Amino acid sequence: MRYSGLKVIKEALTGHKGWRPTWRDPEPKKSYDVVIIGGGGHGLATAYYLAKNHGITNVAVIEKGWIGGGNVGRNTTIIRSNYLLDGNEPFYELSLQLWEGLEQDFNYNAMVSQRGILNLVHTDAQRDAARRRGNAMILNGSDAELLDTDGVRAMYPFLNFNDARFPIKGGLLHRRGGTVRHDAVAWGYARGADLRGVDIIQNCEVTGFKIENGKCLGVETTKGFIGANKVASCVAGSSSRVMEKAGMRLPIESHVLQAFVSEGLKPVLDGVITFGAGHFYCSQSDKGGLVFGGDLDMYNSYAQRGNLPVVEDVMEGGMALIPALGRVRMLRSWGGIMDMSMDGSPFIDKTHIDGLYFNGGWCYGGFKATPASGWCYAHLLATDTPHKVATAYRLDRFRRGCMIDEKGQGAQPNLH
Amino acid sequence: MIINHPILGPRDFQEFTYLGDASLIDRPDWQADNAADQFHDYLYLRDNPAGEHRELWFHEQGDRSWLVVTRNTVTHEILNVELARDVARARGRSK
Ligand SMILES: Cc1cc2nc3c(=O)[nH]c(=O)nc-3n(C[C@H](O)[C@H](O)[C@H](O)COP(=O)(O)OP(=O)(O)OC[C@H]3O[C@@H](n4cnc5c(N)ncnc54)[C@H](O)[C@@H]3O)c2cc1C
Repeated sequence: MRYSGLKVIKEALTGHKGWRPTWRDPEPKKSYDVVIIGGGGHGLATAYYLAKNHGITNVAVIEKGWIGGGNVGRNTTIIRSNYLLDGNEPFYELSLQLWEGLEQDFNYNAMVSQRGILNLVHTDAQRDAARRRGNAMILNGSDAELLDTDGVRAMYPFLNFNDARFPIKGGLLHRRGGTVRHDAVAWGYARGADLRGVDIIQNCEVTGFKIENGKCLGVETTKGFIGANKVASCVAGSSSRVMEKAGMRLPIESHVLQAFVSEGLKPVLDGVITFGAGHFYCSQSDKGGLVFGGDLDMYNSYAQRGNLPVVEDVMEGGMALIPALGRVRMLRSWGGIMDMSMDGSPFIDKTHIDGLYFNGGWCYGGFKATPASGWCYAHLLATDTPHKVATAYRLDRFRRGCMIDEKGQGAQPNLH
Repeated sequence: MIINHPILGPRDFQEFTYLGDASLIDRPDWQADNAADQFHDYLYLRDNPAGEHRELWFHEQGDRSWLVVTRNTVTHEILNVELARDVARARGRSK
């Protein structure tokens, strides 16, 4: 079933009786060429590109809950290509380019909106860092503009420019960055993969691996054993729990990150603003709610909910930047479990076990990576070589001293 | 979360800074033959359990002691609090 404007009109006139489920709900087969564990954005994108780019369609995505119930449905939907380091920026630039063509590619409305992202600057040192980052972005084919105070004022006159601690001295503007309807990304990839023959198996938890003589032969699940030539783990915040079942310890800690939505408002904020110094960032959804967040809660957690001190911290950051927020009521808040890696960068790699692959360590920034992560993971699974923009995402990079530490924080996951 | 400090009694966790897994107390022997491997595992790999987790908290806004807090990472319930000094000594460190 293809979606089009004509189809919407036709269905509206005929009582919406012609819509069909967007994907099938199959029982698992005995075995597959590739079994992907985790039906988040990355797992579904991997299945889609395996089928579309490599013609590998004998594939299952195994999801313990429902697809879209993990971080892909919990994030604040920001996409951007504004990284500094060579190991990262070409990957995120590929991802942004894939976002730009995604809706036509998978024929699904994901509401990709390149509304621009502004990172605020408060000091000379921050301006130097922003200029350096902007140059690195441009060298890698992305876009960046350095704004002065008047440039920021022209865009967002309602910001508090004269805060005593963090007066606004300018910002780094990334116009191609923006937001995307996150659930629709999961649904669009699921539908695209399903149409090409991929089985999406929900409510099925992977409980173990069958590993013999150093080779992974398949997965144990709550629906029985499923054989596979290749098993691809892609479970974000649950990475350590799943890989532990294959006897692996990872360079990852799980932490909780919270997000918030206000009541619906008339349009007030047409882009994304980040106020790193104040631990606050904000955009406005198309429904009108302000969507905002801040820092991690800072301690290891698998709870998918946070504590009140961070709620207070985020609200204070918001009030410092946008005093008018004081009149707005907060509607909802939630948390998601982040797979925080030791250098703040991800992994897309084979493991030391033949036939077992790992994708994870996305920290709080893996939503924007969804298309490129699926693209590169599919490439690795199909060809057994890393994609050229993902060669740095190896599991052994700490042993080799090749960390990709954007923030220069060292092996302290909660600070990345 | 309220951390029951062994000396100061119940304190709000906002007074503390979090470091991570208490296995960081067990610094490897730098003279061992496989010291490089041991330090790699010590510094970069984590058990990261869902459930009971022993972890290091620093009472930065208080008496500046290091604590080993046993906490459930699924429920956030705090099960036990010890002075890190006592834990380290019991493991034969800082003799
Ligand atoms: C509050 C918040 C805000 C964020 N904001 C942004 C942002 O603005 N921009 C950005 O780029 N990123 C953001 N992120 C990060 C981003 O959401 C994640 O990095 C990304 O979604 C992770 O990849 P995923 O979609 O595949 O994960 P998930 O959707 O979490 O997928 C993993 C799936 O694996 C399943 N699973 C786990 N264990 C098993 C098992 N044993 N068997 C079967 N299935 C299993 C889970 O149920 C889950 O569905 C944010 C995250 C949070 C929580």
